[in-house]
Amino acid sequence: MLTYTLRRLALAVPTLLLISLIVFLLLDLAPGDPMAQMPLTIPPEVREQMRIALGLGEPWYVRYVAWLHMVFVVEPSHMLAAATGVDLAAEGARLLSWQSRAPVAEIIAQRLPQTLWVVGLSYLFGILVAVPLGIASARRPGSWIDQTGTLIAMLGFSVPTFVTGVLMIVIFSVTLGWLPSMYDTTLEVTDWQSLRRQAAQLAMPVAVLALYNAAQISRHVRAAMLDNLAEDYVRTVRAKGMSERVVIYLHVLRNAMIPVVTVIALGVPSIFAGAIITEQIFRVNGIGALLISSIHAADYPMVQTLTFLFAVLIVLFNLVADILYGMLDPRIRYD
Amino acid sequence: MTEPTALDPLRNQWWAVWDRLRRNRAALAGGLLFAGLLIFVALGPLLWMVDPWQIDPDNRNQGPSLGHPLGTDQLGRDLLARLMVGGRITLAVGVAAMALGVGLGVLIGVVAGYFRRLDGVLMRLTDLFLALPILPILLVLVLLFREALAARLGEAAGIFLLVVGAIALTSWMHTARIVRADVMAIKERDFIVAAQSIGTPPRRIITRHILPNVLSPVIVSATLGVAGAIMTESALSFLGMGFPPDVPTWGRMVFDAVDYMQQFPGRVLWPGAFISLTVLSVNYLGDGLRAALDPRG
Repeated sequence: MLTYTLRRLALAVPTLLLISLIVFLLLDLAPGDPMAQMPLTIPPEVREQMRIALGLGEPWYVRYVAWLHMVFVVEPSHMLAAATGVDLAAEGARLLSWQSRAPVAEIIAQRLPQTLWVVGLSYLFGILVAVPLGIASARRPGSWIDQTGTLIAMLGFSVPTFVTGVLMIVIFSVTLGWLPSMYDTTLEVTDWQSLRRQAAQLAMPVAVLALYNAAQISRHVRAAMLDNLAEDYVRTVRAKGMSERVVIYLHVLRNAMIPVVTVIALGVPSIFAGAIITEQIFRVNGIGALLISSIHAADYPMVQTLTFLFAVLIVLFNLVADILYGMLDPRIRYD
Repeated sequence: MTEPTALDPLRNQWWAVWDRLRRNRAALAGGLLFAGLLIFVALGPLLWMVDPWQIDPDNRNQGPSLGHPLGTDQLGRDLLARLMVGGRITLAVGVAAMALGVGLGVLIGVVAGYFRRLDGVLMRLTDLFLALPILPILLVLVLLFREALAARLGEAAGIFLLVVGAIALTSWMHTARIVRADVMAIKERDFIVAAQSIGTPPRRIITRHILPNVLSPVIVSATLGVAGAIMTESALSFLGMGFPPDVPTWGRMVFDAVDYMQQFPGRVLWPGAFISLTVLSVNYLGDGLRAALDPRG
């Protein structure tokens, strides 16, 4: 297992390097000009100096290696230095956002907690809804609860998050006035009052993404449960006179969760992508909103780094899913 | 003793599929709903002859009335007419992107499955594309190529090609994997070996023997691909990175109406409902087709 993990990790590195190179070249060779949004009154020689100041004077491979150096050496060392208080910061220029001239890593670090809260809570609630729903659906296929589950799953698949989000705002903010439609990031949780306000403003973004997650996961739970209920060992357990509760929860569920756990791991990157849209609806200033605003502002270092971050999530959780599968199912042997 | 009934020459395998599909109520309802939506956007503008681009400052933000059954937007344009024209573009993007994406997926899947030498390279490529963060990449593609293509082909045509191409380029991987697996299984069957042994060139084996046998999964992934492409286009438009403001796609209409959501919720809910209904109907149809095309199911 350890050698397999190490081998997969070693394979992930070239994949990620290749993806970062693709994104870099895409941004670099595309016809769009990062200076296009600057005022036309800037004289050409000043414009040239600005290009050089942004680091655009060098050929692309020099800038790509510089970006790699900044992302993997300079920025982590600065973060480590800030975390420990020890002066570990590496020499060299930091990766700056063109929009704000602040280090990209610091801006992302400011934005990340909001995204993690929304994404984490929605995934948690999604799983908490999906697993019981999937179990109930699988116990009585074709029953009303199965049909409701199918309908919820189909709606979760088919209704885009921006439609459910807007619908919830119309219902809960505009009509009923229960929840705020905009996320207030300046809110600090200090007492019960502010905790309640934090919960209220998290409720809708989390609910929108949770529905989407529950739709995906509940179908997998149902399918895995049905697969296992048809197995011989279930008949054996029943023949031994075990109660239905023991059959379902002690035997079938534990086996059915093996593929479901990998599905849950594989789904993590896609809900970060879903957060891009959800953050836009509810004005949560997480990394999704940051990506959109950087794209509109043609802030290439930020776009490049954030896209790379999303790619890291995908590769990382693919790896996690495979390793979990090997750990949970003793029949799976990778080496 | 009963006579063995002669087989109706018209009753080929597709009739059996149709029989199974017809008995699936959800799939049938999905198919009918999708057909209704197609008729709405195709024939609607012929019956409801209101110019969707006609700006009418005196009738801004109107509620439903006889003249404007769904009301007007912030520029006084008729919402019903815009929904019809927007639906044409949204559905056209969905179908075109699906066709391109599935075509690319079939091509790569067949080549990878049939020619073992290319399999490794093509599957590594597929894995690489699967590891790409799709939505950020799509946004970056639109950002970078929008102006260049708009300058070359005109605003609407340029962005149409860009959105269709970008969605196709990021959605072919699953089709390719399914097709590859099927081709690899079919390639070992006796009728392929027989065809090879009489010297049939690979090109004709693929078109005559392999493609007809992988048609079922392709049809299913094409149907579901339309739904996926419509979702993606709407998401891009919703993020403001899709069609320009004067091209009313459903996603763009949601994007434009979100600012007025507090006062005029109807304006954002109508296009949202149309997107959802389209995707829902296509998904039900796709699920039904999957069951109907699998004779074991």
